[in-house]
Amino acid sequence: MSRPPVTIWEHARMQGYSRRDFLQFCSWLAAAAGIEASGVGQVVHALTTKPRLPVVWFHFQECTCCSESFIRSSHPIVADIILDKISLDYTETLQAAAGHQAEAALHATMEKYKGEYLMLVEGSVPTEAGGVYCCIAGRTALDIVTEAAAGAKAIVCWGSCASNGCIQGAKPNPTGATPIYKLISGTPIVNVPGCPPIAEVMAGTIVHLLAFDRVPQLDGLGRPRAFYSRRVHDTCYRRPNYDAGLFVEAFDDQNARRGYCLYQMGCRGPVTYNACGVTRWNNGVSFPIQSGHGCIGCSEANFWDNGPFYQHLASFPGFGVETTADTVGAAVAAVTGAGIAAHAITTNIRKRKIIADGIDRGRVVPAAKAADERAADTKGSKG
Amino acid sequence: MANRVVIDPITRIEGHLRIEVEVKDGKVVDAYSSGTMVRGFELILKGRDPRDAWAFAERACGVCTTVHALASVRTVEDALNITVPPNAELIRNLMFCAQYLQDHVVHFYHLHALDWVDVVSALKADPRKTSELAQSISNWPRSSPGYFSDLQKRLTAFVESGQLGIFANGYWGHSAYKLPPEANLMGVAHYLEALEWQKEMVKVHTIFGGKNPHPNYLVGGVPCSINIDESNALNAERLAMVGRLFEQGREFVEKVYIPDLLAVASFYKDWGAIGGGLRNYLVYGDLPTHGYRDPSKFKFPRGAILDRNLNEVLPVDPRDATEVQEFVSHSWYDYEAGDGTGLHPWAGETKLNYTGPKPPYEYLDVQQKYSWLKTPRWKGHPMEVGPLARVLVAYASGSKEVQELVGAVLKQLDVPVAALFSTLGRTAARGLETKLIAGWAMEFYAQLLANIKNGDTRTHDHTAWHPETWPAEAKGVGLTEAPRGALAHWIVIKDSKIDNYQLVVPSTWNASPRDAQGQMSAYESALIGTPIADPDQPLEVLRTIHSFDPCIACAVHLHDEHGRYVHQLRVF
Repeated sequence: MSRPPVTIWEHARMQGYSRRDFLQFCSWLAAAAGIEASGVGQVVHALTTKPRLPVVWFHFQECTCCSESFIRSSHPIVADIILDKISLDYTETLQAAAGHQAEAALHATMEKYKGEYLMLVEGSVPTEAGGVYCCIAGRTALDIVTEAAAGAKAIVCWGSCASNGCIQGAKPNPTGATPIYKLISGTPIVNVPGCPPIAEVMAGTIVHLLAFDRVPQLDGLGRPRAFYSRRVHDTCYRRPNYDAGLFVEAFDDQNARRGYCLYQMGCRGPVTYNACGVTRWNNGVSFPIQSGHGCIGCSEANFWDNGPFYQHLASFPGFGVETTADTVGAAVAAVTGAGIAAHAITTNIRKRKIIADGIDRGRVVPAAKAADERAADTKGSKG
Repeated sequence: MANRVVIDPITRIEGHLRIEVEVKDGKVVDAYSSGTMVRGFELILKGRDPRDAWAFAERACGVCTTVHALASVRTVEDALNITVPPNAELIRNLMFCAQYLQDHVVHFYHLHALDWVDVVSALKADPRKTSELAQSISNWPRSSPGYFSDLQKRLTAFVESGQLGIFANGYWGHSAYKLPPEANLMGVAHYLEALEWQKEMVKVHTIFGGKNPHPNYLVGGVPCSINIDESNALNAERLAMVGRLFEQGREFVEKVYIPDLLAVASFYKDWGAIGGGLRNYLVYGDLPTHGYRDPSKFKFPRGAILDRNLNEVLPVDPRDATEVQEFVSHSWYDYEAGDGTGLHPWAGETKLNYTGPKPPYEYLDVQQKYSWLKTPRWKGHPMEVGPLARVLVAYASGSKEVQELVGAVLKQLDVPVAALFSTLGRTAARGLETKLIAGWAMEFYAQLLANIKNGDTRTHDHTAWHPETWPAEAKGVGLTEAPRGALAHWIVIKDSKIDNYQLVVPSTWNASPRDAQGQMSAYESALIGTPIADPDQPLEVLRTIHSFDPCIACAVHLHDEHGRYVHQLRVF
């Protein structure tokens, strides 16, 4: 019990993985974390020499969908790394101990690895009524999060609950549900929003921290750029249908059966930053749009109040670009709040006129017009 | 003072649960179950578009993801008189089956197994004997001596690293662990295999609903379209994948889960007389074979059993205001007409009012209000819901399939029918229904293919999609069986908006506090009489509580016989 902690490579070797397997895994990690080929050596070095990172995982106001998503991580060796190579010393979902024994394990890690442990948070923290809306071991979530954050090396906020308050923070937010970044300062915070986040995005975020001892490059909302720098709309395989003005107009109509764009059905892809269109879900099997339902925007703050879900975006306050619809196929609109430059949410009225008769016959937009619109669209995206 | 033991948090569950029990002469004599977290869903749903409700409701739980979405779309469809096309019903059934297969297996291995399997004992196992044991109960291929030997080396290295992770401070070496080291090693192997397997099973949801957890549902049908001549819809490739996933699912259930369950049960037959608790069982039923509106043709029949009388299954009507009612006598809520009132969910109220001790606290005042869960009753009776209730109601309703399976298992374990009413019976019932569902899924799958072959590809009924077609006021109720038991949502729609939305969930039935008459709900009742070998290590309490597969947020602390907290830390 007193021997030095084994490294991740040593663990892998003891589990029967060859050096070749291990190096391949390191390359995958690097790729997943958005690191260029020249950085693979760093990953190998990091995983060969580091003992397992002590990790504590808290559950507050949440539904455990993040934990469930996490265990869906697709590559077996990644699941092994996450479950075996980090030392998951506290997690209400999986740990053997309960009650005092669980709390003792938590405090042992917080004391022994002060300043070194990684803190993962699933769930928001209720601040109304003195915090009584979420108590664990007789203490409020607010009390627990404050104590644990003080000794954490970094905090990763899993899912929309911890990142932006999610559903319990939706109007009227009866319990004062608050995301972590509004409660904690002085400790680096990485937000990994989504309801839940994609498994490989969660694994990739941990891997980045593990391999490089630093938080990934973040955007203005504290999200890893590697996974949240692209709109679902820009990476959607149905995007050509949008550009061509080919839309589903009712669920299971002829256009739905052809896989046309779901924008008219309320798809939030144009205002949602996530990796769904690239990484897809459950080892790349599908993602919401591919399976016929619009994106509900679950990784964006306040998405629950940005509804109703089946009302398409253009009729929203703040998306008043209807006037441009007759002049340009696409334009730029600034989305309220977060300061995200959004892709034009024009209703494509003009485009739809052009191709109205062509939809059912599956005819495409005349090439010249399509090219014009693509150009306008590209320009819009940059705005 | 009585010997109060507090366990907070109860781990290996969903949510935040706290259990306080009183121990006398090595047995639990009193028990209190408390949900310690609340989010106010019902308040948040008010005023929303009813077609959006499924997405909100689904977030009630990410472990039994999908079940609240299903209950919700059925609720709205009931209110608006929508009948979904047969394909949508079949796809919902397939998603239901996939959820059960994944969820029950994860419960057995990842949430419940460590109550029965001693991980540390596995270090002493003989890999060759482990292989013989594994091959004697199943022809599952991963069973060679080398396989178990490698695993044991891996486990040894893990323990010797000193970083015990999720196994730290477990109850290893507890006298209540009875499995030989070889069975423990096999259990650990299957714990890891099941972790890898479960992520495959849920791909059924990804195909039909786009993601898991929290796949998409739709009022009026399902969002995915069928078009066998299109790459952007359900076609032969997508359907073949669904078929293959269910085949793999059935293989794992039949070759790993069920043999393990029976092997483990054979060492713990004494738990067939512990943890029975309530004598009443409630089932809403599910898996329609002739449409949701005909419960008489459900695979899981609807009905209630009182006083363990298996000769009579009573009818259940969720619309009858005198049947399902919720009470708040011991819950942190206020009712306008007073806390002694019972409210049918259509008239339900959700007004939070915490009156418990100011945190940090050591004990709850269990004589007053002590939980965020309301207390539901059926015709005034506390009811157990879940796998045991489903198996009993199906058995008593005369299902040959269920009677034969239950009979065979009782015979194999050589235990009487009464052994069903127990902690072990609950855990076994979960396995048995998983086996049934694995077979039913193949029936639904074949029917879906047959429908498509016959030219019916509809997946959505659009007639009542637009709010202009709705009545000014409508009421609905949607029923399902979540893996953890009977689940229902009630809605009142006014002027196209949600006026009231109430969820009565399985863990509310099972984990709720006492009612005004002092009647215990299922958890509290089942804990009475549970033996406690060592109040420092409440392994036995966890066994019974986990046998219900809790899905809430709770916490439990332990106290010694003098009412003091037990702080002792056990490390192996």
